[in-house]
Amino acid sequence: MSAGEPGDAVIITSYCDRCGGELGVADHPGCRAARALEPPRFCPSCRRRMKVQVLPAGWRAVCAEHGATEG
Amino acid sequence: MPSSPAANSEVPLSGARVSDPALAAAMDAVLATGTGLAEPDVLAVLTLPDEDLPAALAAAHRVRMAWCGPEVEVEGIVSVKTGGCPEDCHFCSQSGVFSSPVRAVWLDIPALVEAAKQTAKTGATEFCIVAAVRGPDERLMAQMRAGVAAIRAEVDINIAASLGMLSQAQVDELAAMGVHRYNHNLETARSFFPNVVTTHTWEERFDTLRMVRDAGMEVCCGGILGLGESLAQRAEFAAQLALLGPDEVPLNFLNPRPGTPLGEAAPVEARDALRAVAAFRLALPKTILRYAGGREIALGDLGTRDGLLGGVNAVIVGNYLTTLGRAPSEDLALLEELRMPVKALSETL
Repeated sequence: MSAGEPGDAVIITSYCDRCGGELGVADHPGCRAARALEPPRFCPSCRRRMKVQVLPAGWRAVCAEHGATEG
Repeated sequence: MPSSPAANSEVPLSGARVSDPALAAAMDAVLATGTGLAEPDVLAVLTLPDEDLPAALAAAHRVRMAWCGPEVEVEGIVSVKTGGCPEDCHFCSQSGVFSSPVRAVWLDIPALVEAAKQTAKTGATEFCIVAAVRGPDERLMAQMRAGVAAIRAEVDINIAASLGMLSQAQVDELAAMGVHRYNHNLETARSFFPNVVTTHTWEERFDTLRMVRDAGMEVCCGGILGLGESLAQRAEFAAQLALLGPDEVPLNFLNPRPGTPLGEAAPVEARDALRAVAAFRLALPKTILRYAGGREIALGDLGTRDGLLGGVNAVIVGNYLTTLGRAPSEDLALLEELRMPVKALSETL
């Protein structure tokens, strides 16, 4: 769980964004290493599979529930 | 393509030779004539002992410099339609047949134009629009019509496409749009293809390539190494590509994707990947040999340098279709360090 400045929404990070597995149960070191060359595939908040568009200079992932993230 | 070796360059060339005199002589003949190694000699390169690998790469580099020159063709790619493909290519995370986490998504025209702009900013001369489909339907062709026109209006870059198997009418329309090069990979040796794809045949892919060439578009055709093929089948594949004579051969190394039948396969070992780079250059002396997907997985950071000094004369910069690549600035800095100029757009038009 992480939180920013007062008034920011609290973001609960519960799932691995590469495989969708629960965090805390395992550290997912393989997933963490692989993510250096992969965009996220699962929403870290709800583990929904996201719609991901890889672009030449980045990526955009959209969760139906939690919206878009970019990298 | 040149009919005689080009005189250049500033890039230092090693005179190292492999220890097998007959194979060394065959490599010398490639350098002198521009005719590629025969299949048995390609296999010999693929099975060279480790101590001969530097000499094989040096020979491939000499051939590349002589017959292609020092320029490097830089390309960016983007997926206009990701995922949900009905085909069962066992390496592909975009197949809807497997339980891959990749979801179907379409890229809209403004984002496509922006992707072309991002690519052009790197100095790339090629921008390839790719779709995960068996072949284009009317929706995809409409997207291409609009997308190619929008890019041509705003971005100074060559447009290539990779949309699967085409009808003659689609080939003709893409050529008329101004698509100058069409990618359709044969993927692997003809004898191994049924182990990798069962929903269509190698011959169906070949038919599209023939139509593309006849329509006057440049042919881009390569494949993926590490699908489980034997070294003999790797040599067979190189020979089959040489027979086709494509303008460009993209060389991919398997990046095992979760959920696919090859998701647990071991990546190609780095030395085997470099043997393949040398072998494919020596089989295809005059083609544009492009480092494509998986080089980071098979070869790590040093692989790009070794490949560029071992026969490769083109790279995909930036990200791939569903995975990420090295930062373009890293590849471009390496080209500068190696004194290999990026091919200018004026040379390709």
